[in-house]
Amino acid sequence: MTLVTDTSTPSSAEVRPDSGAPVVFDNVTRRFGTTTALDRFSLDIAPGELIALLGPSGCGKTTALRVLAGFERPDNGRILVDDKDVSTVPAQHRNMGMVFQSYSLFPNMNASDNVAFGLQIRHQRSSQRRAKAGELLDLVGLADQLAKYPHQMSGGQQQRVALARALAIEPRVLLLDEPLSALDAKVRAELRDQIRAIQQRLEITTVFVTHDQEEAMSMADRVCVMSRGHLEQVATPSVLYSQPATPFVGQFVGVSSRIAVTRQSDHVEVLGRQVKIRGDLSQVPAGDLEALLRPEDFDVIVNPVGLGIVNHRSFLGATTRLGIGIGGANLRVDVRSSQAENIDVGTRVDVSVNARDVLVTTPQPSK
Amino acid sequence: MASLELGQDIADPLRIDAPYEADAPLNKHRRRFRWGRGAILIITAAYFVVPFYAGMEYSLQRPTGGFSLTPLSQIGSAPGFVSALWLSTQLAVITMLVVMALMVPTVIYVHLRLPRFRRVMEVITIFPIIIPPIAYSVGVLEAAPQWLRNSQYLLAIVYVILAMPYVYRSLDSGLGALDVKTLVEASRSLGSSWLMTIWRVLVPNLRAALMSASVLTLALVFGEFTIANVDNWQTIPVWIYLAPTDNPRINTLVAMIALLATAVVLILIVSLDRSQSRNSRRSR
Repeated sequence: MTLVTDTSTPSSAEVRPDSGAPVVFDNVTRRFGTTTALDRFSLDIAPGELIALLGPSGCGKTTALRVLAGFERPDNGRILVDDKDVSTVPAQHRNMGMVFQSYSLFPNMNASDNVAFGLQIRHQRSSQRRAKAGELLDLVGLADQLAKYPHQMSGGQQQRVALARALAIEPRVLLLDEPLSALDAKVRAELRDQIRAIQQRLEITTVFVTHDQEEAMSMADRVCVMSRGHLEQVATPSVLYSQPATPFVGQFVGVSSRIAVTRQSDHVEVLGRQVKIRGDLSQVPAGDLEALLRPEDFDVIVNPVGLGIVNHRSFLGATTRLGIGIGGANLRVDVRSSQAENIDVGTRVDVSVNARDVLVTTPQPSK
Repeated sequence: MASLELGQDIADPLRIDAPYEADAPLNKHRRRFRWGRGAILIITAAYFVVPFYAGMEYSLQRPTGGFSLTPLSQIGSAPGFVSALWLSTQLAVITMLVVMALMVPTVIYVHLRLPRFRRVMEVITIFPIIIPPIAYSVGVLEAAPQWLRNSQYLLAIVYVILAMPYVYRSLDSGLGALDVKTLVEASRSLGSSWLMTIWRVLVPNLRAALMSASVLTLALVFGEFTIANVDNWQTIPVWIYLAPTDNPRINTLVAMIALLATAVVLILIVSLDRSQSRNSRRSR
């Protein structure tokens, strides 16, 4: 499937909803029976920002989105949109467009009628509805699919119609609930870029729920990492990756290796090198700890009498990821693929650390 | 990042080179199965067609030999037929409207808010089939207020209860083929009220289920004899059994026509239902 719309060029489909609205989660708690899905969750979203809620299953990201959409009522706390408390406003009065994970097009309506549905609810004239539906379908690259029914379209096309439908009502906030997870990899990458381009062009505040960190990092202005109903860290993708605020973020975002270390004042010794401890030292306990290191934090040299032994090798394109067993730790290390040509499973290597500072955490209990 | 990792092994490369002969035993089994299926189909068809053919032969046979379509033209003028048909039609329409008005919101509510209650609903809605019709007749007549006792609406209320198992199952199966929760939430996020969501989004997608439920209700009302007879209402089935015609062949002919019409409508509904299920699956 090829996306034909040039979303960088302005067209007649100017669905500019007064730009985006600021959104605030203010200490929001939502419980289901004895389970607390959202626990005093607070987050400020700037107008026109695309923020990704990222976390493992059950972390509360979908609950946060549903509370914002009005499908769930918070037990405590407030939701502010445009500085107005909408916590008790029913979903149909919030003016938020939503794209769902499962294809949510109405099977009895064709693409054009699906897009025009929200406009019909708003009592717009038939000619206006048709014109706007046409413009929006053109915006998502489906101008020639107006009369097609959902069962006649592919998953990617259905999600693009769903996006056009959500934009048709000129929402104050656009909500995306894992809209790409049911699509195959190629379509997912194309649609991801298209959603981002449209969002930036319309400057619409967007909340995007995903468990796919690649998706979150590549699309979002900021990523909000959640765990067990809490906000762990909210930051730009690069900060999140390079300066994780908590061990959970360090482990969840990207790939990291754990190495046993002992704190010595403001540094730890990792593979024979002194490395500064990152972050607030007052929060770091003394004694035995574990350092979290990224695959690019290591250098590898082949050495027939080296202490490390390569036990796994995965080709990733420009780089190759090596699994290296050394001193009881199993490290994941990225090397340039050209360098990895002479490194096979069983090769002995020397490994050193090139990181300026490291995040440390209390040791994980052995399984 | 983890999601970028490549280098996975093919789980079972042998499957790619699996010998083609491996399919042979399966084909044999399929062939045997088709024969068995054909035999069952022929026996089942005979079960329905033979009595139907016998009934039609009896109705259209001349006493002197040969067949005639004259009895068809005599149906309309048979004493009591038109009034019985009118009464059955009224009852069918009222029953359909009431049972749909009650069951459509109920089944939608159960699917959306009380999915765990579906099993309980299945059990509850089976009761009208278990309870003997005569018990309804006596029980409802006793419980009904005086003003309703001599009205055909009382019979319609009984039929609403009798139709409940069929209507519930049709609607339950229709809603089961849809992602109701997502459709409702999509509709509401676009500004639609609950009533509008049911009317514009759910009901059109339940067309086949609603038609199926309607025809089953129609068949029930046009086929129910015991309660109508005990309550002294001359509906079509009662007329077929008791009508004072001088030609019993006409009664049989009416029964056969009703049977044929029901069968044709049911076949149409099954075809429509299959097509809708296919479309729903594709669009999910």
